[in-house]
Amino acid sequence: MKHLIPEFERMKARFPAGFDSSLVLPCLHRIQADRGFVADEDIVGLCEYLKVPRIQVEEVLSYYTMLRREGIGKTHLQVCRNIACSMRGAEDVIEHACKRLGVKPGQTTADGKFTLSTVECLGSCGTAPVLMVNDAYHENMTLEKLDALIAGLS
Amino acid sequence: MPGRQLIMNFEVTPASHTLADYRARGGYETLVKALGMAPADITKEVTASGLLGHGGAAFPVGRKWGVMKPNPGEIHYLCANADEGEPGTFKDRWILEHAPHLLVESMLITSYALGVRHAFVYIRGEFDLPYRRIQGAIDEAYAAGLLGKPVPGSDFALDIVVYRGAGSYVCGEASGLITSIEGRKPYPRNRPPRLTVKGLFQKPTVINNVESLANITGIIRMGAEEFRKVGTAKSPGTQLISISGHIAKPGVYEVEYGYSWAKFLDEDCGGMLHGAKMKCVVPGGISTKVLTRPEIENLTLSHESVNPAGSGLGSGGMIVIAEGTCMVRLLQVLLRFYHHESCGQCTPCREGMGWMHRIIDRIVAGEGVPDDIERLYAISHANDGTTICGMGDAAGFATVGILNKFRDEFEYWIANKRSKMDGRLECRA
Ligand SMILES: Cc1cc2nc3c(=O)[nH]c(=O)nc-3n(C[C@H](O)[C@H](O)[C@H](O)COP(=O)(O)O)c2cc1C
Ligand code: SF4
Ligand code: FES
Repeated sequence: MKHLIPEFERMKARFPAGFDSSLVLPCLHRIQADRGFVADEDIVGLCEYLKVPRIQVEEVLSYYTMLRREGIGKTHLQVCRNIACSMRGAEDVIEHACKRLGVKPGQTTADGKFTLSTVECLGSCGTAPVLMVNDAYHENMTLEKLDALIAGLS
Repeated sequence: MPGRQLIMNFEVTPASHTLADYRARGGYETLVKALGMAPADITKEVTASGLLGHGGAAFPVGRKWGVMKPNPGEIHYLCANADEGEPGTFKDRWILEHAPHLLVESMLITSYALGVRHAFVYIRGEFDLPYRRIQGAIDEAYAAGLLGKPVPGSDFALDIVVYRGAGSYVCGEASGLITSIEGRKPYPRNRPPRLTVKGLFQKPTVINNVESLANITGIIRMGAEEFRKVGTAKSPGTQLISISGHIAKPGVYEVEYGYSWAKFLDEDCGGMLHGAKMKCVVPGGISTKVLTRPEIENLTLSHESVNPAGSGLGSGGMIVIAEGTCMVRLLQVLLRFYHHESCGQCTPCREGMGWMHRIIDRIVAGEGVPDDIERLYAISHANDGTTICGMGDAAGFATVGILNKFRDEFEYWIANKRSKMDGRLECRA
C-alpha cells in the first residue's frame, strides 16, 4: 500500500483536520481497487499510516460485505436477490448463472475468470432484475443477455 | 403526470446534470438569495414550508434543524444521506444522477443556515454512476469557486466530501452512518443524546435524506408560502416515488401529495404487468406494512391518507404485487435480508432476525409446525421498541403486516407442505 500514500494524502486534504480515523474505509476501498483484496501487510501499513488500532481496521474489514481479504475471479458477477428483483425473475437469473458457470453463489470458476455472488437490493429495483459486472450495473437482465455477457467475457 | 413537479421539472439530456445546464435553468441563483438572508431566517422558512423528511420517517426538517442552535465559532456538520438501502427505493439515485447540482446548491444553503463548514455526502458503495455524477458536480463547483473558498460576495465557505459506504443497510440509519464516517464498524448509537446535539465526532450534526435536501433550494427560491400551495396542508410539496414489482411502467415518478393512489397506479404507471390483478402493495420500502388493493382504492398519496390505513409512504419505495404471488416466499426474502443486515448489537434484533429467518426457512422446507405463526408474531412484538435502531421494529412491522393479511397462505403451507400459490414471486404473461 505504500505506493498509494501520495493518493491518501490528497484524500486526507479533503477532510477536516483531525479526521484521520475516517480515512480507514476510503483507504481500504483504494487498496482493494489496487490489489483486488486487502492483504495482511496492507492492514499493518494502514494502521501505521493512520495511527489507528489494528482492531479498528479488522472490524471494518470484516463488517462490510464489499471488502475482501482474498482475491476473486477476474470478473465479479453480483446478482441482486432481493424482493423487486426476485419478483422479476432474479431466481432464474441466479440459477442460469450457476449452470452456465458451473459454480454456486460465492464460488469462483476453476479458470479464475468469474466469481458469482448474490447480493441484497442494489437500489435499482425499477429495472429489475439487476446484476453488477465488476463496478457496472446491468439492468433489465434476461437469460439471453446474461449468456451474451458471459460469452463476451470468457 | 401525477400533479405538479418541483424536482423532476426539467428535460433529462446527456448534459442536463452539468453545471452549465444547471446554471441555464437558474441554478445557484437561489444561493445568492440565501446568502443575503440571515441564517436563522432560512431555518424559519424551511420550518414554515412544513417540509417532511423523505428518508422514511417523515420527520419535519425544520424541527430537526431547529434543535441545532448554531453558535458562531463552534463546529457543526451536515450529512446528506445517499445510502438508499431500503429495498424498493431508488429515487435518490435519480437526483444524484440527473440533478447533482441541485443537491450541492441545497447543501450550500443548508450549511449556511446551520453554521456548517464541512459537509458530507454518504453514498452507498455499489452506486457507481451516481457517485461519479455527484463527485463530478462537486468538482465542477470547486472549480467554479462555489466550494472550498468563500462564495463570491460573501464570507461563507463550504467543503463537501463524498464518503462511500461498502455494502451495509444499517449505514443508512443516521447514527450508523455517522459511525461509518468515523471509520469504525457502523454500529448505530442509542439516543439520547440526539445527533443534532452530539453527532459526528461528538459535534452537532444534521443528517437529511438527499431528497429532503434537494427540496431546500426550491423552498428558498419560491418561499414557504408558494411551496405550501403544492401538495396538501398536512403533506406539503411532492414525493419521489420509485415504483417496482408487477407494474407495467416501473420507474421514478414525482407525485404531488394528495394525488389519487389508484389513478397513479392505473394510469400514470400503466396498470399491472401483463394485465394481472393486483393483490397488494408495499407503500414505501419493505419496512412499511402491505396494503391490499381494496384498502388503497380511495386513498390519496399523502401522509394523512396512508397513515390511518396502518401503513406509511416511508421512503417512497413502492412495490406492487400481483395476484398469484406467494406471500410466504416473499416474507422469506425479506427475513433473509433483515437477518443478513442486522448489525448484531442488540440481542432482540440479532437473535430475533435469526430465529425468524430459520422459522420461515423451515416452513418453506415443509417442516413448519402450526405454532410457527404465533412464534413469528411473538418475535416481532419482542423487537418492537427494544432495540437501538429502527431495524428491529421495521422487520417486525413487515412481518406482522404480511401475517395479518395473508395468514391463510402460511397455514396452508404448514398443513400441506407446499405453497397455496405454486410458490411464485414472478408474474408471468
Ligand atoms: C435500518 C435503517 C435504514 C435506513 N436507511 C436509510 C437510507 O438508506 N436513506 C435515508 O435517507 N434514510 C435511511 N434511514 C432513515 C435515517 O435514519 C434518517 O431518519 C434519515 O436519513 C433522516 O433524513 P430525513 O429526516 O431527511 O428523512 C434508515 C433508517 C433505518 C432504521
Ligand atoms: S436494531 Fe439491529 S441493526 Fe439496529 S442497532 Fe440493534 S442489532 Fe443493529
Ligand atoms: S431488489 Fe434488486 S435492485 Fe432492488
